[in-house]
Amino acid sequence: MQADAKIRTEVGTESGPRGPVCSLRHFACEQNLLSRPDGSASFLQGDTSILAGVYGPAEVKVSKEIFNKATLEVILRPKIGLPGVAEKSRERLIRNTCEAVVLGALHPRTSITIVLQVISDAGSLLACCLNAACMALVDAGVPMRALFCGVTCALDSDGTLVLDPTAKQEKEARAVLTFALDGVDQKLLMSTTKGLYSDSELQQCLAAAQAASQHVFRFYRESLQRRYSKS
Amino acid sequence: MAEAAGVAAESLVGGRARAACTVLNQVVLPGEELLLPEQEDAEGPGGTGERLRLNAGARPRVRVVCGPGLRRCGDRLLVTKCGRLRHKEPGGSGGGVYWVDSQQKRYVPVKGDHVIGIVTAKSGDIFKVDVGGSEPASLSYLAFEGATKRNRPNVQVGDLVYGQFVVANKDMEPEMVCIDSCGRANGMGVIGQDGLLFKVTLGLIRKLLAPDCEIIQEVGKLYPLEIVFGMNGRIWVKAKTVQQTLILANILEACEHMTADQRKQIFSRLAES
Repeated sequence: MQADAKIRTEVGTESGPRGPVCSLRHFACEQNLLSRPDGSASFLQGDTSILAGVYGPAEVKVSKEIFNKATLEVILRPKIGLPGVAEKSRERLIRNTCEAVVLGALHPRTSITIVLQVISDAGSLLACCLNAACMALVDAGVPMRALFCGVTCALDSDGTLVLDPTAKQEKEARAVLTFALDGVDQKLLMSTTKGLYSDSELQQCLAAAQAASQHVFRFYRESLQRRYSKS
Repeated sequence: MAEAAGVAAESLVGGRARAACTVLNQVVLPGEELLLPEQEDAEGPGGTGERLRLNAGARPRVRVVCGPGLRRCGDRLLVTKCGRLRHKEPGGSGGGVYWVDSQQKRYVPVKGDHVIGIVTAKSGDIFKVDVGGSEPASLSYLAFEGATKRNRPNVQVGDLVYGQFVVANKDMEPEMVCIDSCGRANGMGVIGQDGLLFKVTLGLIRKLLAPDCEIIQEVGKLYPLEIVFGMNGRIWVKAKTVQQTLILANILEACEHMTADQRKQIFSRLAES
């Protein structure tokens, strides 16, 4: 069931000194690898690896019950130690993204819980979390309006755009931008940024992320087709 | 696999809506939009689709039923689950039924489904039954064959019951019964003492219960057995000995990820031993 695809593209390397170099690291995804959760997926982007489990639509605590839609909960576990402020902030970003695509109104008074375990962090952690969450939600059969993916861009000091940066590139970067895009028309679902960048650079990053998301979605399709090839 | 790859190349996720009949039995992903057959004609190369739709009253209306994994989105079908798109031809005229065959584990109660439940509580005149959904189903003590107020059925907490949903929708508590509309048990009721209950994916249950499924016939030839399939992904099986029961359970679990040829091999090997 292991689906591995090397997707590396170089777009516009010769369009000038500030042209974006769009290259994503390797993807790998495995679905349905855990037996207890309703849906699970592990997603690898280069050396960054996330394991995701989805429970739901399941029973919900009365205190968290929402009468007209499902309660979405995201739990992000770091590799070591207890979750801190950074994890809580990421959880919230992932939850807001998922809420935008999950059709929660179809399962009112239930809970959908997404548990994300960081296996290794080598940059673009939030993007990888989003991708793992999406594949696990698809595996669990949670009704969704669209697929979604996360793409991280880094801008270094001379304005070069690096897609899917490694931890080292992230640290050296002037700005790091993460976008969540939906699979229907690559519209922006969520964005979070850190650092200093200009208006035009933001647009440039978004365009590069949208182009890169096509590769992610193509990878999703390939790996899901492989999964259903035996039925 | 080769044809599947061809389709992937020509249409990316987020590509334009495809006609439902061209993707039948292929993998569809959430977010895809499907055109119904009669809309294809209207939105042909002429591009006058929008005009034609204005006098839609003149066209015969086609009834299309959206099964699991599909939703009506304007005049198109929106896919909400990943799986293979299936279609059933209607009896009379019309568009028939479309649905997505997915391999999920979590059960969502559906009216009329036959399920295996575990009695978790007895409170007054109802039993609470765990069916694997988001909340326990209720089962009245009068909903058994021959039960009256005086003559209560012998159901204990922890028992397995095989029943059918009479109320199941997203807003209400699901309700089960163990009798049919004539008041007969018809195979439903408390399941006997021993035997083995195990869980499989919902896709496998549907595959096993399909009318043209050869697995059940093959399994029946191996050992004499009693078997109950619940649409909620639970299978209860009982053979003469514990060993035979375990073999049967393992075969059924393994059937999911095997092709028809592989299954044939396994069954012929088991028949020899």
